[in-house]
Amino acid sequence: MAGRYGVLDEEKVFKDPVHRYIHVRDELIWELIGTREFQRLRRIRQLGTTYLTFHGAEHTRLNHSLGVYEVMRRMVENIEKKQKWDPEERLVCLSAALLHDIGHGPFSHSFEKVFHMDHEEWTREIILGDTEINQVLSNMGKNFPQKVADVISKTYSNKLVVSLISSQIDADRMDYLLRDAFYTGVSYGQFDMERILRVMRPAEDQAVFKHSGMHAVEDYIMSRYQMYWQVYFHPVTRSAEVILSKILHRAKDLYEQGYEFIDKPKHFYTLFSGKITLKDYLKLDESVILYYFQEWQEEKDEILRDLCQRFMDRRLFKYVEVDPSAQMRVWPELLQLFTKIGLDPHYYLVIDSSSDLPYDFYRPGEEEERLPIHLLKQSGELRELSRESEIVEAISGKKRTDHKLYFPLDFLEDERTFAEEKKRILLLLKAQEG
Amino acid sequence: MLQEHCKLLAVFKQTGEIIGRKKLQKLIYIAKKLEFPFFEKYQFHIYGPYSEELNLRMEEICSLSFVEEVKEKKSGYYQYRYNLSSKGEEFLSLSDYELPETKALLNELNEQSSRFLELVSTVLYFEYLTREEVEDKVFTLKAKQNYTSEEIGKAYEFISRLREKTNIVS
Repeated sequence: MAGRYGVLDEEKVFKDPVHRYIHVRDELIWELIGTREFQRLRRIRQLGTTYLTFHGAEHTRLNHSLGVYEVMRRMVENIEKKQKWDPEERLVCLSAALLHDIGHGPFSHSFEKVFHMDHEEWTREIILGDTEINQVLSNMGKNFPQKVADVISKTYSNKLVVSLISSQIDADRMDYLLRDAFYTGVSYGQFDMERILRVMRPAEDQAVFKHSGMHAVEDYIMSRYQMYWQVYFHPVTRSAEVILSKILHRAKDLYEQGYEFIDKPKHFYTLFSGKITLKDYLKLDESVILYYFQEWQEEKDEILRDLCQRFMDRRLFKYVEVDPSAQMRVWPELLQLFTKIGLDPHYYLVIDSSSDLPYDFYRPGEEEERLPIHLLKQSGELRELSRESEIVEAISGKKRTDHKLYFPLDFLEDERTFAEEKKRILLLLKAQEG
Repeated sequence: MLQEHCKLLAVFKQTGEIIGRKKLQKLIYIAKKLEFPFFEKYQFHIYGPYSEELNLRMEEICSLSFVEEVKEKKSGYYQYRYNLSSKGEEFLSLSDYELPETKALLNELNEQSSRFLELVSTVLYFEYLTREEVEDKVFTLKAKQNYTSEEIGKAYEFISRLREKTNIVS
């Protein structure tokens, strides 16, 4: 095998509540796990603000990354039983699985939205830049880091390899669904992964599934559907996410206005000015961010102080479901009333839509850009899943759009000031629901 | 409120009509790469850069009846035609949102074929690579499209012309 690394003298195992054990026998993988960039993932939660809704959801990107590696290891092991597999390709797959989320930052989704960043670009920089991860990968050969980066960014020439980590049914999704269900404590995220792996068959551009394993795949699709609505799009989690985003917006706005922070947010300076370097980015984790949120509860700026107190004390915004199409004519009045009572609507009246969420559920057919899940019939014919499964067909046509309007109900119910205006606002908000 | 939705409505207002989901995807991606304020997240897919976020946002806009989506059967595939509806127009006017002047750029993009826009957006996606490496990526990842070196050259010329024009605008 090319490169400096071989096989460990003794296999290492990590105990894992989802997969029982995570097995490591390649020196390369062991070295990658020990890098400082990978260890940083211990300080970034997998589900961001979900812990404010499901208190068990404290698991980290590190847990998930190890899990995806383990699922990929099992997939590769199964494929190796059926076809010859280049040993270097195997290590590219395992490294890509382990590192696929390496570019995530703290409360990743909100940060990406507010500061217009993309964690996949950071992933590429971490793998190809001046990092311990790049040093370890480079020991395998000059082009090895690039190959790993290409698999993660879906631009690798071997499409089967890309599909194992990124497709409608891949190592990433299988681990996060099982792991998120386990840590949130919900019962509907379960499916039989072992069975899915057993019926998985390599094809030209993607893995396909033996028709006899259709029910296991159906369970996976149901799990994805349930987790989407019950966990990922939970309105309380989304409320926390709205407040988090608004804190970041407020801090940035204040910085741009030359506001003097009591405790200077030096970790944010290059982020606010749009000149963040890889070194600065790697210093950010959720402990650092929560430190500032803690401190900003004492700030002079009323909005920043209030939003941070809300986030830290879990005094979140309430919401009403809205149909923007039916309610749009009421919004100008709402915005005006919010301004009149001293609540800046930019921070205190916020719409959250399903397109703001980085998750989705299975929708076959109509999206030509994404390969659907295919079942392999005994005749060798491939059939798209929803054409064979009534259950999948039933849920795949479902509406997946939703809009909620978030606001601070506690402020609005305080009748000591602007009682009439607040009464009118509450009436208008109630009417939003129809 | 719903500013990112409003931007898309403004795109339909400026272009009149966009035919094809692929064209819409590439059009927004190219505008984004030319520093116009679109923030949908893109990843590389079968036909080049593709945004699931944009796809879902379009689904929202259509289900709110802000944009009319007409599905037409073509030989062997379906094609989608998008137009701003009167409801969408009303929403846009109530929102007070104004997209920077993109009409000339969007119309120039809208006049190109989806196949060419797919190539242009792919070249832009890999623009951190050398020309030789980009060609290699196009030939490997888009083998089925059979792009030629000449077409790739035209894509580069097109990008540089767009950049010159948008610099003048900004």
